[in-house]
Amino acid sequence: MSARGTVQTRYPEVWKKYTPGQSAVRALWYIGIMFVAVWSVRHLDIPWFYFLDAHVQIMDLGTRMFPPLWSFIEVALPPLMETIHIATLGTIVTFFIAFPTAFLAARNTTPNTTAWLIGKFILVSTRSINTVVWALLFVAIFGPGPVAGIWAIAFRSIGFVGKLIAEAIEEIDEGPVEAIEATGASRLQVLLMGVLPQVLPVVYGTMVYRWDINIRESTVLGFVGAGGIGIQLYSSINQFAWSQVSLMLSLILVVVIISEFVSAAVRGKIT
Amino acid sequence: MLAVRELTKTYDTGTAALRNVSISIDEPQVVAIIGPSGAGKSTLIRCINRLVEPTSGSVELNGENLTALSSRELRKARRHIGMIFQEYNLVERLTVMENVLSGRLGYVSFWRAFRRNYPPADVAAAFRLLERVGLEGRENTRADSLSGGQRQRVGIARALIQSPELLLVDEPTASLDPKTGRQVMRILVELAKENKTPTLVNIHDVQLAKSFSNRVIGMRDGEIVFDGKPKQLTEKVLTDIYGEEDWSTEAAGGDDDDAPAAKASK
Amino acid sequence: MSAETTAATTAQWSRPPLIKSTLLRHTITVLGLLYLVWSIGSLEVNWERVLDGLPRASNIFTRMFPPDFSRWALLTRGIIESLEMAFAATIVGMVLAIPLGLCAAGNLVPKPVYLVARSIIVLLRTFHEVIVAIMFVKIFGFGPLAGVLTLIVASVSFISKLIAEDIENMSSGQVEAIKATGASFPKMLLYGVAPQILPRYLGVSIYRLDANIRHSTVVGIVGAGGIGATLSATFSRYDYDFSLAILLAIIALVFIGEFFSTWAREKLR
Repeated sequence: MSARGTVQTRYPEVWKKYTPGQSAVRALWYIGIMFVAVWSVRHLDIPWFYFLDAHVQIMDLGTRMFPPLWSFIEVALPPLMETIHIATLGTIVTFFIAFPTAFLAARNTTPNTTAWLIGKFILVSTRSINTVVWALLFVAIFGPGPVAGIWAIAFRSIGFVGKLIAEAIEEIDEGPVEAIEATGASRLQVLLMGVLPQVLPVVYGTMVYRWDINIRESTVLGFVGAGGIGIQLYSSINQFAWSQVSLMLSLILVVVIISEFVSAAVRGKIT
Repeated sequence: MLAVRELTKTYDTGTAALRNVSISIDEPQVVAIIGPSGAGKSTLIRCINRLVEPTSGSVELNGENLTALSSRELRKARRHIGMIFQEYNLVERLTVMENVLSGRLGYVSFWRAFRRNYPPADVAAAFRLLERVGLEGRENTRADSLSGGQRQRVGIARALIQSPELLLVDEPTASLDPKTGRQVMRILVELAKENKTPTLVNIHDVQLAKSFSNRVIGMRDGEIVFDGKPKQLTEKVLTDIYGEEDWSTEAAGGDDDDAPAAKASK
Repeated sequence: MSAETTAATTAQWSRPPLIKSTLLRHTITVLGLLYLVWSIGSLEVNWERVLDGLPRASNIFTRMFPPDFSRWALLTRGIIESLEMAFAATIVGMVLAIPLGLCAAGNLVPKPVYLVARSIIVLLRTFHEVIVAIMFVKIFGFGPLAGVLTLIVASVSFISKLIAEDIENMSSGQVEAIKATGASFPKMLLYGVAPQILPRYLGVSIYRLDANIRHSTVVGIVGAGGIGATLSATFSRYDYDFSLAILLAIIALVFIGEFFSTWAREKLR
């Protein structure tokens, strides 16, 4: 690209990072994304005039929410505890299902292709459906209450936990496994002595991580009747009792921060 | 040209990195700064363009007192100071050309920089410099696919496209093999001489310092203990700077490489 | 070797446990069991209804099959609305996350700015998107506006946190070199910071788009637009075969989204 003369070398004075072809492609990407974004927004038929007085609305909301109604703690605390129980029990239940499923879904520990596909399917489908949607289903089955919530948490977590454990299983060092196989151990013993010790730290870490996420998830299960503080929260919001709402949100904030802290601490000790 | 007066830097931890350092460079020359680790060489270089703020003292470049400048004025002054780093410090994901042109960032507007639309004179200068450092044709290569020596040469081009009044060079060869190191030093010194730019080079390799500089400054514990010509670097002087050592160029002893425990085979 | 003699005398060996101190382990086990008893006991459960659950479950499942796609127009409309919400929210989120992420990087901005930005991020992240959705529904009314705003909040908090982490982990040498040329702060961001964080920023945003698609299907349950509202209605009306159709559509959508997300992020390497 540099023009080379014989005596006086003249250097190019223009440099472009992208060839015209590349620039065109990049432009098309930008335009395409912008187009889809704008079309989406227009198609959504958003009442833009709402934004005109949004700041007034927010200020109004703010004054109604502060200060939080501290006395409401008596009412809010029991369902909050129930929320924590739902999250914890749900996570425990998950373990018993996700753990064996992970072994099915990991290529190096699954007995055959069908089992692998089943394992994969369980993990993918449970992950794709949101906790709240699972809660809808379980409320239909078990009726409103914490049982539905526990199963909802459990089912959603299976996919999450199972996927991470399966990945950990696939990443293990095969050396120790081969060594144990060579001693003539049974399949189960191989899993127990060769695979398990290597994935155990990941298992604990993932469980604690998911527990932390589940605490957040459990706070809203009450919206569809699956127990916990969600019920009270939904009711207070519908009654426009904003200072009750802000009290509950503050409690949730505290619980979430504590659970994140615990989760990070435990995972730090494990790894 | 460059006048460093009583420059002092004390860190919050109490470490005194520089103690009343004064240097004056009155003509275009290549000045090598040598000394043991922790002597303050790196701190000195960075205090001159205030990447590290000195605690007291002043730095004057061509009549302008750098230490007294506001941050805006400092940025303008930095445009005239080129800096070359031990770890090259190229923007890895950008191309060679963008890295060289980034030397002109102090001179172009944000939008020109964003659109990579630099003035024609800058682009021509970039091509010229790339040819001069032996990297012609490589302008569209990504920086992270270059070798160490090539990256350092891009760094040199980036510093020189600023048409600097002063070159600050921080251990340019520390991450390079001996041969590449010499090549880089050669290009650096040639270009500094061509453009008559005073140059301060931190260097830990005493041999390279002697071969490529006009003047050597030795530092120890934040102070200057030697300032003179390369041939004045006698063993006594080196001991003053570095401490006790056998400075002869022959290796000590014979076969210490045979480890006694190496009887068992691998 | 001494290990052999020890093994001969005590012909047993047990694996050293994960938690070293025996007392700690036993304490944790006991506490764990106590917790189980306490928590299960404290739940207000209508056991009759629960035990009814299994026959109900089989009843529901039989009514789910085969899935009913006859109302596919309604289904498609809901899915498209969810997709649009996710997409618009991701784009806006990507843009808004940049200043917030920059301000939350400890090595780039002064401490007070950093602390404020980080607190905002923590606040935005704490609350489940359904809670945020309900609040927005109360403020802006039913419909996709509330949903888009909810997803924007979720996207901004997620992307900006990762931008901030990325900036804090980046190589400071490159930034130092750009500063040494006399570049101003914006130009330093452009050449020193942006090229380093760009790949991860785009990758994270694509991941977030995928997550938004998943979440957009849920916020409808509280009235914030998207397929969630349709789904919720089917459960209330016992239209279980339509429920299954919607669930299958959601699973397919999520699956495609993940696939596209992984592909796009590979291409960005």
